[in-house]
Amino acid sequence: MSAAESRPNEAERYYNYAYLDEQTKRMIRRAILKALAIPGYQAPFGSREMPVPYGWGTGGIQLTAAIIGPDDVYKCIDQGADDTTNAVSIRKFFARVADVATTDNTAEATIIQTRHRIPEQPLKAGQVLVFQVPQPEPLRGLEARETETRAMHAYEEYGLQYVSLYENISAFGRIAATAGYPVMVEERYLMSPSPIPKFDNPKMDDNEAILLFGAGREKRIYAIPPHTRVRSLDFEDYPFEVQTWEENCALCGAEDSYLDEVVLDDAGNRMFVCSDSHHCGQRRAEGHVGPMAGHQLANPVAEDGQ
Amino acid sequence: MAYVSVKGGEKAIENAHQWLAEERRGDPAVEEVAVAQIREQLSLAVDRVMAEGSCYDRDLAALAVKQAGGDLPEAIFLVRAYRTTLPRFGGSEPVDTERMIVRRRISAAFKDIPGGQVLGPTFDYTHRLLDFRLAADGAAPPEPAPLANEPQAWPMPTIGSVFAHEDLLEHDVRSSDDAPFDLTREPMSFPAGRDQRLQALARGDEGFLLSLAYSSQRGWGSTHPLCGEIRLGEVAVEFIPEELGFPIEIGEVTLTECQMLSGFAGSAQKAPQFTRGYGLAFGHSERKAMSMAIVDRALRRGEVGEDVDAPVQDEEFVLYHSDNVEASGFVQHLKLPHYVDFQADLQLVRRLRREHFERLNPSKEAAE
Repeated sequence: MSAAESRPNEAERYYNYAYLDEQTKRMIRRAILKALAIPGYQAPFGSREMPVPYGWGTGGIQLTAAIIGPDDVYKCIDQGADDTTNAVSIRKFFARVADVATTDNTAEATIIQTRHRIPEQPLKAGQVLVFQVPQPEPLRGLEARETETRAMHAYEEYGLQYVSLYENISAFGRIAATAGYPVMVEERYLMSPSPIPKFDNPKMDDNEAILLFGAGREKRIYAIPPHTRVRSLDFEDYPFEVQTWEENCALCGAEDSYLDEVVLDDAGNRMFVCSDSHHCGQRRAEGHVGPMAGHQLANPVAEDGQ
Repeated sequence: MAYVSVKGGEKAIENAHQWLAEERRGDPAVEEVAVAQIREQLSLAVDRVMAEGSCYDRDLAALAVKQAGGDLPEAIFLVRAYRTTLPRFGGSEPVDTERMIVRRRISAAFKDIPGGQVLGPTFDYTHRLLDFRLAADGAAPPEPAPLANEPQAWPMPTIGSVFAHEDLLEHDVRSSDDAPFDLTREPMSFPAGRDQRLQALARGDEGFLLSLAYSSQRGWGSTHPLCGEIRLGEVAVEFIPEELGFPIEIGEVTLTECQMLSGFAGSAQKAPQFTRGYGLAFGHSERKAMSMAIVDRALRRGEVGEDVDAPVQDEEFVLYHSDNVEASGFVQHLKLPHYVDFQADLQLVRRLRREHFERLNPSKEAAE
């Protein structure tokens, strides 16, 4: 193949393109197709042992490896940011083994791998969002046995989940789930959105992009095809609500983005900044200014050689 | 003082790994340890890495021990990640442990059994006194152990053959001729067949299996085990190449095998008979093989009509949690940033606390 011959990464030739062998990629693609055909259903797959630890993105990495090609543009985020250590590490992995262009620009990326966030900027048709999933089973906290939870999904037996939300309300006066807030997909399968904050849940509904979820250690793949109905569980008298802040982003002034709290000193002072680093940077480039616009977080020190 | 937010970066990662390499090497004034030295002189560490890494290669395992700085679960992970990239050309014939070249074979069931008790190389009956002569450099190699007067029996009859004529011990029968379940290609599924269970246990963490076996002995799902036999030695690995159609020997592996005997009361249909639990590990790994045999037997509670009331008898609990590469990765992933979810929790707890105090002091709030 001429494409393979032109690849500059000589040192990585020892491994197949995108690390996984082609048979494994085919097996994963079959699982992806099954998952897309049954939105929200957890398709078991023969997850491989990867060169990074379980719990550190092996499911997302296998999904990306199975779908990536040399023409893709790859973005990888953790906690919404492109510069978190594990995101940097995974992005570097694919830059090496898949010779792929990388970006932090959400609109430019064809594949976005993420842990714990959905980007603020709406996704478009043609984009794939790959989630790293620690625990694919939304009912696991309520029922430890896989044999039981598989049966509960088969019979659409989700009463236990509603009882748990009701118990929240009786104990705390509100639904206390904050991240990994359970959703119903096409009114059939209860699904864990992975530990994204519930702030991001509404973004999954009727999304134009393909959403793929990979749990390497638990050996499950599930998916939300474009324009699928995704509903966060709630009650008529206790409707679903997302997180809001009294503050705006200290750097870009955004009023409608998910904020991280940054501790400034030992005296209880803190600032709130966008968790989506690209969104925040883009807004600042457009001239939006927050109350602490000059803070060092806005201009991280450039690293040697970058 | 001001906090500096942590910015991850490629450079930081590279520098951290350079530092790790420096720490692994230790004081450069001390001679570097060679992979061959680890292979030959830390052979039990190599055995554990091969067993739980599911890859029989002493040199690779020794390299992994060196690269991991002696952290065996890390070395096991390195071997697993390498193993998964290897092409497969087929499955071997089942190894025949009766034809093992035995170095050690003991039975706790009988004073003497066909083939005899062979103590072999063992820590058993050593007095655990630190041997300070080993700390002295340049000591001469130990004298070779004296040879026995009689050559050893071969093949060495197994404990099963001792019981064969009385039918006192259950027979292990192969349930089908299908290829055995392969956990490295298919996800775990339940109820697990014995092939899936034994593979999971063979790859399972020695410490976890040891503790489970111990819990069983102390009464949490007891199987009343008795060590029918342990044997250690070398067996031939045979493979049938498609173009030949008959088995050829392609190598030799060192194995530790353990047969645990447990009682069984029998039933209306079935006469009382001893049952067995089976343990098998690469290399010299008696603690592992014995623990595995006890856990295997405890997990057969369904077949023999025992109730499930202890962790060791619960196959979902045992098989889902025995793999130390999975467990170590998931426990340690808590080091990764979780500040998005933590922010969500923080917000909720602050709000709940505010509501809590408002409930306690309604008048104060009204006054404000």
